[in-house]
Amino acid sequence: MAQLSKFLLLFSVLLFWQGCASAQQEEKSSALPPPAKMLGAIPVYDEFEHLEPLFHWKNDTTYVINFWATWCKPCVEELPYFEQLHKNLEGEKVKVVLISLDFPRQLETKLLPFVEKNQLRSEVIALVDIQFNNWIDRVSPEWNGAIPVTMVYNAQKRHFYGEQFPSYEYLEKLVKAFL
Amino acid sequence: MKKLILIAALLAVAVSVWIAATNANTTATVETTAAAVAELPGLKVGDKAPDFKLKNIDGTMVSLADYKDAKGYIVIFTCNTCPYAVAYEDRIQALHAKYSQKGYPVVAIQPNDPEVQPGDALDKMKQRAEEKGFTFAYLLDEGQKIYPVYGASRTPEVYLLDTDLTVRYTGAIDDNYQDAEAVKVNYVKAAIKAMEAGQQPDPSFTKAIGCTIKTKKK
Repeated sequence: MAQLSKFLLLFSVLLFWQGCASAQQEEKSSALPPPAKMLGAIPVYDEFEHLEPLFHWKNDTTYVINFWATWCKPCVEELPYFEQLHKNLEGEKVKVVLISLDFPRQLETKLLPFVEKNQLRSEVIALVDIQFNNWIDRVSPEWNGAIPVTMVYNAQKRHFYGEQFPSYEYLEKLVKAFL
Repeated sequence: MKKLILIAALLAVAVSVWIAATNANTTATVETTAAAVAELPGLKVGDKAPDFKLKNIDGTMVSLADYKDAKGYIVIFTCNTCPYAVAYEDRIQALHAKYSQKGYPVVAIQPNDPEVQPGDALDKMKQRAEEKGFTFAYLLDEGQKIYPVYGASRTPEVYLLDTDLTVRYTGAIDDNYQDAEAVKVNYVKAAIKAMEAGQQPDPSFTKAIGCTIKTKKK
């Protein structure tokens, strides 16, 4: 019996170790190159190229990536949908990322206070690569350049939504079709 | 007892193999796919643009046909309220000041629905034009009938037309909205230069971030 407990202990240690390795691997496999700088908790990327892997991970997570800015009224109107999605699909393998295209010189004066005031729970990243023409098509050729737009993808499929969501339900339905 | 240990051991091995396999599956790889050719609605380079008759801030009705000696037209969809459009105001005025003399006037069209975006109503457009000293026509797309035909989707967005109203360039004004001094390529100027030289503008199509054109919710 003592032997059995020993074995079970070994077994659980093994499981635990595997679990850790798995978590590490997950972390490593979806890590982006370091940002140009950090603004509080917000990573600031100045080259789209460094952010590009975020649009091409092949793992079991569904990514919901929204482009927005504090100056963009329809974007701000639909932000609560993404926050609600983040909350409602907790426990599902869904990652919501809000990429701010705020003006570089307004990150500190507009973006940071906005994120803090509204206590955004989703991950916020700032992208200040102003050579738009070089990278808009790399997100989606369907993107005309106006915001908001949202990309939903996982290892199997992807969907580009090129306008403001009409309702939370619409967004949730779209994302649930990926799960 | 031994059996139990054996089962436990087997189970441990099976679980580790299974976890390892799952790990392999979740390893992310970066996929590189060539971007497909953009197929956006509206006018493409080479298409003939329709003329229009829209109300200017001075109360007159303006058409492209009114510009008798024009060699081309710098049609710009822009507005008062979009931060990007505001960033380009002085540059739009500068384009008009320089190129209207050469036969390429700026004709600005404000496409937003003033009921949705009150800051873009005709009287507000007039006020802004006076503050900024605009000398180009600043027209209201009343009823929002023109911008969808052109396929404009954001502000600011340029359609450079030649004298026959053929689209020769469409997209951004230049490659740096935030700093006019740091512009490397002024797409509109380069396109006019190419047209003057009898060549095709290159690029003839660019994309830039802008504000969505504001309409009532469908």
